[in-house]
Order: sequence, then C-alpha cells, then structure tokens
Amino acid sequence: MSLGDGHAAALRRDRTIERWLMLSLAAPALLLVFVCLIVPVGWLFYLSFFTDGGVATLHNYRNLVEQPSYARIFWTTFKVSALTTAICAVLGYPLAYFMSQLSARAANLCIILVLLPFWTSLLVRTYAWLVLLQRTGLINTWGMQLGLWSEPLALVNNMTGTLIGMVHIMLPFIVLPLYGSMRTIDRTLVQAAANLGASPVQSFVRVFLPLSLPGLTAGALVVFILCLGFYITPEVLGGGRVTMVSSRIATDIDTFLNWGSASALGAVLLLLTLILLWVASRLAKGLSLVGAGH
Amino acid sequence: MTINRSQLAIASLAIFAAVGLVGATAGAQELTVVSFGGSYQEAQSKALFQPAAKALGIKLKEETYTGISDAVVKVKAGAVTWDVVASGSGSAARAGAAGYLEKLDYNVIDRSTFVPNTAQDYCVGGDVFSTVMAWNTKTYDDNHPKSWADFWDVKKFPGKRSYRKGVAGALEPALMADGVPAGKVYEVLSAPGGIERAIKKIKELKPHISVWWTSGAQHAQLMKDGEVDMITGWNGRFDVVAKDGGKVAYTFNQALLDYDCYAIPKGAPHKDLAMKFLSEISKPQYQAEFTKYITYGPTNKKAYEIGAIDATYAKKLPSHPDNVKEQLSIDLDWYIKNEEKAAAAYQNMLTE
Repeated sequence: MSLGDGHAAALRRDRTIERWLMLSLAAPALLLVFVCLIVPVGWLFYLSFFTDGGVATLHNYRNLVEQPSYARIFWTTFKVSALTTAICAVLGYPLAYFMSQLSARAANLCIILVLLPFWTSLLVRTYAWLVLLQRTGLINTWGMQLGLWSEPLALVNNMTGTLIGMVHIMLPFIVLPLYGSMRTIDRTLVQAAANLGASPVQSFVRVFLPLSLPGLTAGALVVFILCLGFYITPEVLGGGRVTMVSSRIATDIDTFLNWGSASALGAVLLLLTLILLWVASRLAKGLSLVGAGH
Repeated sequence: MTINRSQLAIASLAIFAAVGLVGATAGAQELTVVSFGGSYQEAQSKALFQPAAKALGIKLKEETYTGISDAVVKVKAGAVTWDVVASGSGSAARAGAAGYLEKLDYNVIDRSTFVPNTAQDYCVGGDVFSTVMAWNTKTYDDNHPKSWADFWDVKKFPGKRSYRKGVAGALEPALMADGVPAGKVYEVLSAPGGIERAIKKIKELKPHISVWWTSGAQHAQLMKDGEVDMITGWNGRFDVVAKDGGKVAYTFNQALLDYDCYAIPKGAPHKDLAMKFLSEISKPQYQAEFTKYITYGPTNKKAYEIGAIDATYAKKLPSHPDNVKEQLSIDLDWYIKNEEKAAAAYQNMLTE
C-alpha cells in the first residue's frame, strides 16, 4: 500500500511539474498580453477617472450620459458592426460552402483569391470604393449611361457606402473560419440524412448547418469585434454621417487634447463589448444545448 | 602663494563658464522643427526653414507629425525633442492655455507689422488662410452664391452642400446667414442662447448637407470630383483644385480669417534658439517667398510692401488688405472658453 501511495504522490508531483512547464510555455505570451494589453487598459481606466492633477472625478462619465450624441454614437457603432457581420455571414456562408465542395487544389486557389484583398492596404481599398461609388463615380456613370437609373444614386457618404467598404474588408475574416469548419464536416452524415428520407433543405438545416455553426460563430465574432474599432472606413465612406466611437476618441485627443474623455469612451466600449460577448456566449451555449436535443 | 582664493574662484568660474558656453553653443547648433508633411511642409521647408537656418548658421532637422496632440504627449512624458512645432492657431491656443507651450518673447519676435490677431501669447502666425464659401462653377455659372445667406438659400441655389464636421468655423457662417453682421458674431455667440441659435440655423440646412467634411484633402476632393455643389473650406485647397482644372471658385466675402502658426513646446531643448528662429521666419522676405508655393497670405503685412509678391497675385491672398476688410477674424479667446461646449452641442445636432 505504501508503494501505491508513493506512486500516487510521484504522479501528483509529475502533474504539478508539467502544469508549471505548460505555464512557462505560455509565459512569453502572457507577459506580452500583460505589458501590451492589461497595463495600457489599466492606465486608460485611470485616465478616465482622474484629472491631470490626479484628482478623482466622474466628470468624463457624466458627460457620456449627459450629451445625447454619445449614446447615438455607441448605437451607430454597434448597429454598423452588427449589420456588417450579418451581411458578411450571408455573403460568406455560400462562398465558404462552395469552396468546401471543391477539390483541394481548386479550394486552395479560392483561398488565395479570398486573401488577395489583404495584399492591398485598407486605406487604398477604402479610397478605391470612394472613387467607384461617388456621384460622378464609375458605378453611377455606367448605370446612368446604360439607362438603369437617371439620377446619381447615393451610394457613398452615408451608411450604404460605409457598409459596402466594411463588408469588403471583413469578408475574408468570416469566410476562412467557415471554410475551415465546413471542410471538417463528415459528408456521409448528410448522405445518411438523405438516405433516411430528408429533403436537401432538411438535411442542410438539420445536419450541415448545426455542424458548421462553430465556424460561423467564430467568424461572426471576429468580424463583429474588429468592426467595433473601425475608424478609417466610416470616416472616408460615411461622409461624416456615420460617427463611430473610434472617430470620437480621435477627435477628443487630436482636437481637444482630452485624454480623460477619450479614455472613458474606450473603457465604456470595452465594457459593452465584454457584456455583449458574455451574452453571445450564453446564447451560443443555449443553441448548442438545443442542438444536442435533436 | 600669488593666487588667492577669490582669484581661484574667478578662474574656475571662467573655465566653467567657457565650458558651459561651448557646451551650450554646441548643443544649440541643431534645431528640430516639426510640421504636417506633404506639400505644405515642402513649401515651409523651401521658403522658411532652410533659408532661415542658413541665415542663422544652424543645422536644422525636420520631422513630421499629425498635430499638436503629438507634441502634448511628449511634453506630458517630459521627453520633448522638438524645438518648433507648426500648428493651426486654434489647437495652439488650446495647448498654450493648457500649459503645454512656452510663452513667446515678442521682444525677440517682431510682430509690430503683423495683420491684427495673427500672433498670440503661445503661437506666432506664419501664414493666413481663409475658411471660405466655394461653389461649383458648372452648377452656378453666371449667378453664383455671394454670401452665407445664399449658402443657406436652397430655393435660389438648389444643390448639394458640404459643411465641416468639426465645430471650428461652423457657427460663424450660420449666424451671418441668420442676419448677424460680421462684427457682432462673437458677441451673439458669447451671449446666452447664441450657440443654440447658430446650431438651429445649421439644423435648418442639414437635409441639404450631403457630406460633413473632416479634412482639407477631403473638401478639395469633393469639389474636384463635383460630388457637391457648394462647400465651406480652406481657400488654398480650392486654388489647387482650380489649377488642376476643377470647376471651383470662392469668395472672400464673409469668409473667416484664420492662420497657421509656430509654437515652442514646453521644455524644448533649445528654447532661446527656437525664439530666434521664429523671429527670423517672421520677417517679410521669408513670408513673401512662402506665398509662391501656396495661396496662403503672409501674417507680416510688410511682405506686401517689399515688392516680392506680384501685385495681381497679392490680391488673391487672404491677408491682402482688400480681402481682410471683407472677412471676420477667428476669435481664439472665444474658442478657448467655449469650444468644448459648442462642440458637444454641435455633435448632438449632427448625430440627431
């Protein structure tokens, strides 16, 4: 018995050592996160609660509540992000599905094409959209020459233009995880469903779609969170009518040298995002439970 | 002993001073100047910075930045490497009021012949520009808008408008369109309800404003591409567009006279030399040279008198006496006191 006890103790010791080894493997990354994320975010919080003289104040947060423009800016930010995510999902899902049906070689070529936009700077792509979409731009000129419409369409300097630009930039971020998860789905499951009498729609909705949900959720989350911080695209394509939080942060710092107010905006955006993520993860958990019920 | 204590003290003091002087001059030989880059800084460099450095016999290092907030970060961190920063007058006034800039010594810098209101405690004007009303000459060929009232008159002058997204220079035209004479604009704005009155007027025009511009490059592009028919913006940008064949013209009538300036960040490594440098580039011959690159006028009126600026060209510059008469000078004191409040109200109107 004492021998067995010794073994158990040795095993426990091994496990502890291994745990520490694992932790030390993660240490560089943890250090990086601490230095580059935790410390600056902490400093941000500090700035938002204290004046330059180090006096505690709630002024910055009171301002966020008292000026109605702030609530509207947050609403715009979340609305634009949600719409971009939704459009990306609708456009990206069929594309990823199509790619997952191709041979590995053809699919690889498609991935390169999907990644192609990344080779050009975001700024250049945004301005390219401006050139294409404006009143005297290519699309309006051709559309009117072909007699498709007679007055220039308002395609840019508004929400429409902002969404077009953002969807274009964000699409790869949802296509890649979707494609990854679809590629791993066992096709025989879909065949089995058909075999058991399911129509193509039924087998898609009840078999393929639930299995591809993890990829969709991951991609949508990435897109949504990246969208929250967008600055250049709404600035250039929104025509000043789509003000997102980042744009206001830039104004606060550049124009008013007001780091406190900018920090408060950053802190609230972070907090709202975390709350939203928490809610989303609860919903996703609920969904997967429902899925398991099937 | 022949050398007594006091002699020794004097000698050592002399050596100390000599070393100190050498050290100081050696350190003072290089001055770092920072501006916004692009064609603007190129003009500054060719017309002002390099010739002035040559005249003073110093080495000059030029850097670029995005605005005075970059300098503020350096001052806050106590790591100032810039001696002279170029800035807009409003941001400099704000940074100065907040204690981030050195007070300028106008015993060194001569502002006696400056256009009124173009040199402040913390910032000396380098060039004068105007926020003007510009229009598309194809849309309004023979009958063009002439005043802010016309800018607001969508019946007489139908067409798409563009206005500034920031509050700076946005309220004054609205009040003038509302019938306030130029001389009374800041009086009305300072009185209770003044800001609200201006904002109400802008709200009236809001359905016709298709773009709220945020930068000079943007308002130039909007006119160049014919995206809007009428716009507010900085005169020099529109001149460039017109030169490139863009269909744009503007008026100095009721325009807002503003200026770009130079400041010294608090704790600049070579403060005294920077002051001398500012004095040098404020001289008329440099300022006259600068107008050859961009249609921004000199702050030093003497630049018009030394014969270095062609007479017909001079009439196109914002600070030409004939043009100054038609305009309203931006009141920086009003901005220091009221801009944050006005900006909040303006943003509320914009996001509504």
